Amino acid sequence: MPDSQAASPSIVLNRVAIIRGGRVILRDFDLEVESGELIWVRGANGSGKSTLFRALSGLLGVASGTLMCTATVALCDDNLALDLDQPLEKAVRFWTDLDGINPARLETALEALDLVSLAELPVRLLSAGQKRRGALARLLAGDAPIWLLDEPYNGLDQANVARLDAALARHCEQGGIALVASHIAPTVNVTRSIVIDRPRAEMAA
Amino acid sequence: MKGFASIAWREVRIAWTGGGLWLPIVFYLAVATLFPFVTGPDKALLARVGGSILWIAALLASLLPIERLVLPDRQSGVLDQLVLRGWADEWIAVAKIAGHIIGFGIPLLLATPIAIALLGVPDGKAMTLILGLALALPAFAGLGVTIASLTAGLNGASALGGLLLVPLAIPILIFGAGTLDDGPNAALQLLAATSLAMTALSPFAAGAALRAARD
Repeated sequence: MPDSQAASPSIVLNRVAIIRGGRVILRDFDLEVESGELIWVRGANGSGKSTLFRALSGLLGVASGTLMCTATVALCDDNLALDLDQPLEKAVRFWTDLDGINPARLETALEALDLVSLAELPVRLLSAGQKRRGALARLLAGDAPIWLLDEPYNGLDQANVARLDAALARHCEQGGIALVASHIAPTVNVTRSIVIDRPRAEMAA
Repeated sequence: MKGFASIAWREVRIAWTGGGLWLPIVFYLAVATLFPFVTGPDKALLARVGGSILWIAALLASLLPIERLVLPDRQSGVLDQLVLRGWADEWIAVAKIAGHIIGFGIPLLLATPIAIALLGVPDGKAMTLILGLALALPAFAGLGVTIASLTAGLNGASALGGLLLVPLAIPILIFGAGTLDDGPNAALQLLAATSLAMTALSPFAAGAALRAARD
């Protein structure tokens, strides 16, 4: 888990502005997150939560300001990146092998999300919630200290929301960071919540 | 480089299991089968133009899988997850090209002797044709992945892809068909050189296209 990383993970954003498709999504955005924090990211539809996550993952450049993540980032968003024709375990395994993760950790992650009985089923046959749990299993099995979860509760039933929240709590206890963008509150204690409220209809100069 | 192999192998698996294994070959063989019906059973004519027809068929067949090369991976987030893991877009493109050479090029090459027999290409030219196609396939794969990266997500991507491929593939076709000319020439060497240049440059073009489309 995160203790494999020498330095404790942290995120520092200083006066960050992000422009996407000619529109200012975030401006003068400051954020500091330290090891062990679980942050609930709130905001209206289209307020820029996903954009923030993409920027934190390095998939999107910032227009100005500085953005620093001191540890590996794992992203779990709506694009599950699991091959539909593959059995669930193999589809997740593709990624954990790529990350050099011990298969035993994947087993543990599948157990933690109650996916063991579905491991042999092709991903295309799974329900939305089951697919989502598959993508979350990749996150749980991985060793990235910073977790970015975009609407992770979508499609999950109550039992699995609890399982995910337990995993989030464990991750943060072990010194990891988790940012959860969601319209419903995580059921575990969040360190704090931040609200993203973007300047509406502002166009990039 | 273990990761590279598994990314490239994933491409091969998708090509072979998604019906992609048969589609280009069937297309290629269909051209070879239908052509004699159009020109009539003139053996001398077929012997003369058969090789060139196969070059065009191979080129057009390489266009068929273009829509599944990049678009599904972009939509499903596979490209995002790879970039997140520190894979440069250029390396992703190299893996896709390598996977496309194996997943598409090898089956096409294996189908070529059958097509040669169907068209009655003379024995003397058959080996040159196979060698020439083998040399050109990496370039076809490079062009295919580049065009797929450029057009992924656009309306009418396959039509646009065809339009883009034509000018880019002309040097390959000229030298490729040139290898079948009677008399000694350096077409094979030129074909190899052109193919090498295109294969080497395409990861950069495809990588730039993948990066530019990410937002």
